[in-house]
Amino acid sequence: MLCLIGGQLYNLQVLQSQKYLRKADENRISIRVLPPRRGRILDRNGRVLADNKVTYRLVLVAEQSGDVERVLDALSSIVSISETERSRILLDVRQRRSFIPVTIRRHLAWSEVAQIEMDAPYLPGVSVEAGESRHYLMGSSFAHVIGYVGAASKSDALADAVLEVPGFSVGKFGVEKGYESSLRGRSGNIQVEVNAHGRVIRELQREEGVSGNDVLLTLDATLQEFVAQRLGAESASATLLDVKTGECLAMVSTPSFDPNIFVEGFSERQWKDIISNRRSPLSNKAVSGLYPPGSVFKLVVAAAALEYGVSNPRFEVDCEGHVQLGNRAFHCWKKGGHGILGLSQAIAQSCDVYFYNLALKVGVNRVAEMARRLGLGELSGLDLPGEKAGLIPTPDWKRAMYGDPWQKGDTFNTAIGQGYVLTTPLQLAIMTARLVNGGLFIKPRLVKSSGTGHDGKVRSPEAVPKIEISAETLSVIKESMFEAVNRVKGTAYKARIKEVPYMMGGKTGTIQVRRITAVERAEGIVKNEDRPWEHRDHALFVGYAPVEDPKYAVAVVVEHGGSGSSIAAPMAHDILLRAQVMFSGYQSQATFIDGCKVIDFS
Amino acid sequence: MVELHSRLNPSRANILEKFTRMSWGLLILIVLIASIGFAMLYSAAGGDVDPWAKRQLIRFICGLGLVFIVSLSDIRFWMRSAYFFYAAALGALILVEVYGLIGMGAQRWLNLGWLQIQPSEIMKIALILVLAAYFHGRTLEELKKIRYMLVPLAMVVVPMVLVLRQPDLGTAVMLGLGGAAVFFVAGAALRYFAIGVAMALAGIPAAWPFLEIYQQERILTFLNPDADPLGAGYHIIQSKIALGSGGLLGRGYMQGTQSHLNFLPEHQTDFIFTMLAEEFGMVGALALIGLYTAIFIYGLIISARCSNHFGRLLAAGLTTTLFLYVYINIAMVIGIIPVVGVPLPLISYGGSAMMTVLFAVGLLMCVFVHRDAQIGRVKARELW
Repeated sequence: MLCLIGGQLYNLQVLQSQKYLRKADENRISIRVLPPRRGRILDRNGRVLADNKVTYRLVLVAEQSGDVERVLDALSSIVSISETERSRILLDVRQRRSFIPVTIRRHLAWSEVAQIEMDAPYLPGVSVEAGESRHYLMGSSFAHVIGYVGAASKSDALADAVLEVPGFSVGKFGVEKGYESSLRGRSGNIQVEVNAHGRVIRELQREEGVSGNDVLLTLDATLQEFVAQRLGAESASATLLDVKTGECLAMVSTPSFDPNIFVEGFSERQWKDIISNRRSPLSNKAVSGLYPPGSVFKLVVAAAALEYGVSNPRFEVDCEGHVQLGNRAFHCWKKGGHGILGLSQAIAQSCDVYFYNLALKVGVNRVAEMARRLGLGELSGLDLPGEKAGLIPTPDWKRAMYGDPWQKGDTFNTAIGQGYVLTTPLQLAIMTARLVNGGLFIKPRLVKSSGTGHDGKVRSPEAVPKIEISAETLSVIKESMFEAVNRVKGTAYKARIKEVPYMMGGKTGTIQVRRITAVERAEGIVKNEDRPWEHRDHALFVGYAPVEDPKYAVAVVVEHGGSGSSIAAPMAHDILLRAQVMFSGYQSQATFIDGCKVIDFS
Repeated sequence: MVELHSRLNPSRANILEKFTRMSWGLLILIVLIASIGFAMLYSAAGGDVDPWAKRQLIRFICGLGLVFIVSLSDIRFWMRSAYFFYAAALGALILVEVYGLIGMGAQRWLNLGWLQIQPSEIMKIALILVLAAYFHGRTLEELKKIRYMLVPLAMVVVPMVLVLRQPDLGTAVMLGLGGAAVFFVAGAALRYFAIGVAMALAGIPAAWPFLEIYQQERILTFLNPDADPLGAGYHIIQSKIALGSGGLLGRGYMQGTQSHLNFLPEHQTDFIFTMLAEEFGMVGALALIGLYTAIFIYGLIISARCSNHFGRLLAAGLTTTLFLYVYINIAMVIGIIPVVGVPLPLISYGGSAMMTVLFAVGLLMCVFVHRDAQIGRVKARELW
């Protein structure tokens, strides 16, 4: 019998010793993840837009509390605990081992922390833990670009162990999501020895993590706030680009939201208000909003016609107000027609009939080719989640999509940027920049550098390639855009910048949301303001400034705002003027169209 | 002549003479093993004499006093009072059955106000005593008749049943096997043992439904410990991990992670052998087993050396009981028999088992002191 014991001891302690030694270590060594500090987000001047702040979290350790229900009752006199929160807490307590802290409440106010610490003897197992949470200093004006962070979802959690740390946040939207890997940093860990109950006995080994990198945006905070204020309550977006570098100086989408509520948590009512808002505050309209470009697209048709040599600036059309195609009439926006026009006049006055004819001459495939060269119908490569590619229709596309052949009417619709054509405001800004910057094939950029900070290395700007459009073509288009704003008959004449060094060029667009029936046309079209909001036209404007050696390009889209000339163009006027004054440093006597006098730009 | 006379009639020998006849080797072994126990309890408390080592030492010193008293007492006193002793233990067992407190989920303790006693522990000794006394009065001729076997058989079975009802499987097994050892040395025919083994084997399936659920679980767990690693199998799995991680030479005194971080449950009582094997490795474990084996050899020598039948039977029975204590405990913690809850003599923390073992050692010593005494085959009553 003693041999049996000796044999078993030999078996366990000699033959299988390594296996059991490993198991003993598995028992006692537990690895805790140390979350890294998230990188900040700064504007182009180093102004902090998103930072981390210390917050206090209320946690409860069930085994120390004993009667959890009673402790929660005692707590509810200090912090309010709703029924749903209470049942969530009790569920967490049941599901987890009793020594694991369960979060009762995040983002405690300082007064609550003080009260809890004072009452600590009556609150066994309850403690306040300090942690870090994201804080957005600029509120709603940057909400769409910067985005926000939130608790990692289940699918995120598979990728990195740090994501399983309770309360750890990852980017959910905007730059926070697009630059997540750079912002997050690398988590560290500590190996601790735990006893059978999971309590930590001592620290064995510690590996420090690496903080996330700061991300320096190309945006200018002052300008961004100005633009947000200027768009006001409209459902709109504006994107301002540096035409030479593609740097995005402002990108605003309205209405907006306070990104801090995603960090601090919101009430059901707040959430309902946000998602039931028809003006979709959560969407970044500058990259996710898809709109027919309307008359703005005429620039593309004109560029295609000139570039492929099928037309020249002297080609003239007599506009009678409509074109007949079979039994269907295609109207010009101007009842009665424009009379005889050349290309520049047609662009400046936005004559639809001229472009019906021009598009027929060029052919829709060439128009589509030019559109793509200008950045329409494809993703811009800006690292913002949710960006849409838009759509530039071709006969092949239509056949594949609907099985129908391309009709002349489709070409007419495309010519005036309606029908199937869909673009984002960002794409329109890129298009404008490429048309006026002297032939540079710029790509939009939102981040100046991500990855400086610890190595201090400054990246040299990449050389911008040339665009495959002749200088002559570009010059005609640019000149036409100048005329659209600065000639008396131009559609945006009222919104021109009068001060010579700051003058702008541009193109208006007004997009029908609803087809105008023949009956309506006969009876007189109902005025935009008298229609319900959803039936009103979209107002568009793309512009550049200054007209000599352009520096800035802007695209403004106001959903259901009315006409491009009366709503979008004045906004572009203010934005371009403000940007020029701010960056040039000159004083100006210019007034903004919405009435505020420019006093001090320093 | 006076000296010879006193040797043959130890009752007339004085205390001093008896003192010189004690087995000092056995005593040293006992102290040595108990000291290992104190060291392990000191380690189990994380390097503290409280709460276990100090109290265990006090108990051991009291127990050592008991060893001396019992060793120097007249062996015929024990033979005469064997029946009374047995009756008292049996009565106490019945009392536990009636008034038993709940302790560790089983009714085992009798509370006397200032002292809690465990009657099943007393019964382990009382049964050996009464069987030795009974067989001492029987001739070999009588033992061949079945009716002389029925009385001692009942003496074994009745307390076994009571203990099983507590329920305490380990003690019941010890009572059965300890009793069987006395039968064997007394010269009972081998066929009775064959019948006993056959009946026991046949009894297992019959007894299964009467076992407590936790006992059934322990047996099933023994057969497959991984079936429920956090439940019933937890003890034995953690014990094996502790043993295995100790390796050949151990992790060092007070360095056993399994015991010190509480992964090993009951490491100061039933599983203290595991802790020793974790900290001192296979070498330490075998050394301890060696010390115990030395005690058994002493016990067997005492039995063989004794010239009276009662002493021979008593020594054999007590040695078997001690052996069973050690064997069952070690076998269960290393996973070769189911966990039955038997402590490791002199090392596991606990008063009752310590007293039982030291009482048995005292009786063993008493047999040795009276090894040359002649006791006639007369009824105990007639000796008065």
